[in-house]
Amino acid sequence: MSVRHALLALLSEGSKYGLQLREEFEANTGQVWPLNGGQVYTTLQRLERDGLVAALGGAGDLVPGPQKAYRITDAGSAELNRWLLVPPDLSTPPRDDLVMKVLIAVRVPGTDVSEVIQAHRRYLVQLMQEWTRLKDDDNGRDLAFALIVDSEMFRLESVVRWLDAAEVRLRRALADGWNPAQAFPAPAGARLPTRPAMGARR
Amino acid sequence: MNALELRSISKVYGRGAAEVQALRDVSLTVAAGEMVAVMGPSGSGKSSLLTIAGTLEEPTSGAVLIDGKDTLRMSGGAKSRLRRRTIGYVFQDFNLLPGLTAAENVSMPLELDGTSMHKAHLAAIKALEELGLSSQARRFPDQLSGGERQRVAIARAVVGERTLLLADEPSGALDSVNGEAVMQLIHSYCKRGTAAVVVTHDLQLASWADRIVFLRDGRVVDQTAAPAGPETLLEQSS
Repeated sequence: MSVRHALLALLSEGSKYGLQLREEFEANTGQVWPLNGGQVYTTLQRLERDGLVAALGGAGDLVPGPQKAYRITDAGSAELNRWLLVPPDLSTPPRDDLVMKVLIAVRVPGTDVSEVIQAHRRYLVQLMQEWTRLKDDDNGRDLAFALIVDSEMFRLESVVRWLDAAEVRLRRALADGWNPAQAFPAPAGARLPTRPAMGARR
Repeated sequence: MNALELRSISKVYGRGAAEVQALRDVSLTVAAGEMVAVMGPSGSGKSSLLTIAGTLEEPTSGAVLIDGKDTLRMSGGAKSRLRRRTIGYVFQDFNLLPGLTAAENVSMPLELDGTSMHKAHLAAIKALEELGLSSQARRFPDQLSGGERQRVAIARAVVGERTLLLADEPSGALDSVNGEAVMQLIHSYCKRGTAAVVVTHDLQLASWADRIVFLRDGRVVDQTAAPAGPETLLEQSS
């Protein structure tokens, strides 16, 4: 999460005080990502150093704090627009703990992979229930919060769906006589797929 | 008292080589006010569980108790009364009668049960009002949107003094927004004391339930724990 760009976005609406920026940041992220004051003021200092924001009243000698106001500069607006259009780097699969656990479970003798998969599925579904309860309590009042909950629900659901697919694939492989002791033999000459070339990342 | 109790239910269809064991020793209790979702791959026994819970079908072995009464020991007439008065059914394809208005569809189960036409109509209008459908009361099903039709079907399922709502993929024919509205509605009825069992393959919709039961090959393999406090997630992220 870029606190830097979130602060630029808030300042694009007009000049604001440090304390106000912190409160609005939290309100705009549905209170899901709380910020401490130090994070806000350190980030503002760096933004000022880089010429992306300017302190109001030329009080450059004041220490950044709740009572100091800032405005966005032209360079800051340009940086904000650039950042909005640059997709985050999703081209490299993350080293996912859950995927690793399932891959390893397949190799460990005597492990009930279905049980491993179900333990993770249950945990994820319980998280989804908790988010749904929060969404129900909020009842659509906070749009930012609803968007964040939607995003979490789709993310968690995608992981459960992967678990479902993994279970079906493993069952099918076992039915076809696949032997876990010889798990994942790499065919001769096989190579890992290369990273998709989907535009350069900055 | 539990609104629904399934005790060691097994269900076998067919015989010999064609025998299919749909449910194997399934036990499930649903308390008044509780919403339970049943999930599992196709062929896992979800629909059989629901039809047996609704007394539309009898198990091969085991017992089905509704509001503490053993339904397998009831006469045909008593079972029919139970189905009309106590259990509400919601299906994926709404099952509204096309020749009746929304209000008539909702009042019909009460009229069949001997309530006067006037009283049944008032109860139907009240149920439709609660679902934000009072202006649609005189419309026929084909004049309603999919979401509205399903809400009418829910009004029909809860009208009167029903204590148990059984729903088979109630949002299956709806888009995600209307699907969610349907689950929210069932959830709000449960908060007022109705028990519900909802079969769904949609995880986001199942998340509305207080408890999710996982079926596999006709067995209950797992279920989610009792809900944690709603604040846990936000506490973790702070």
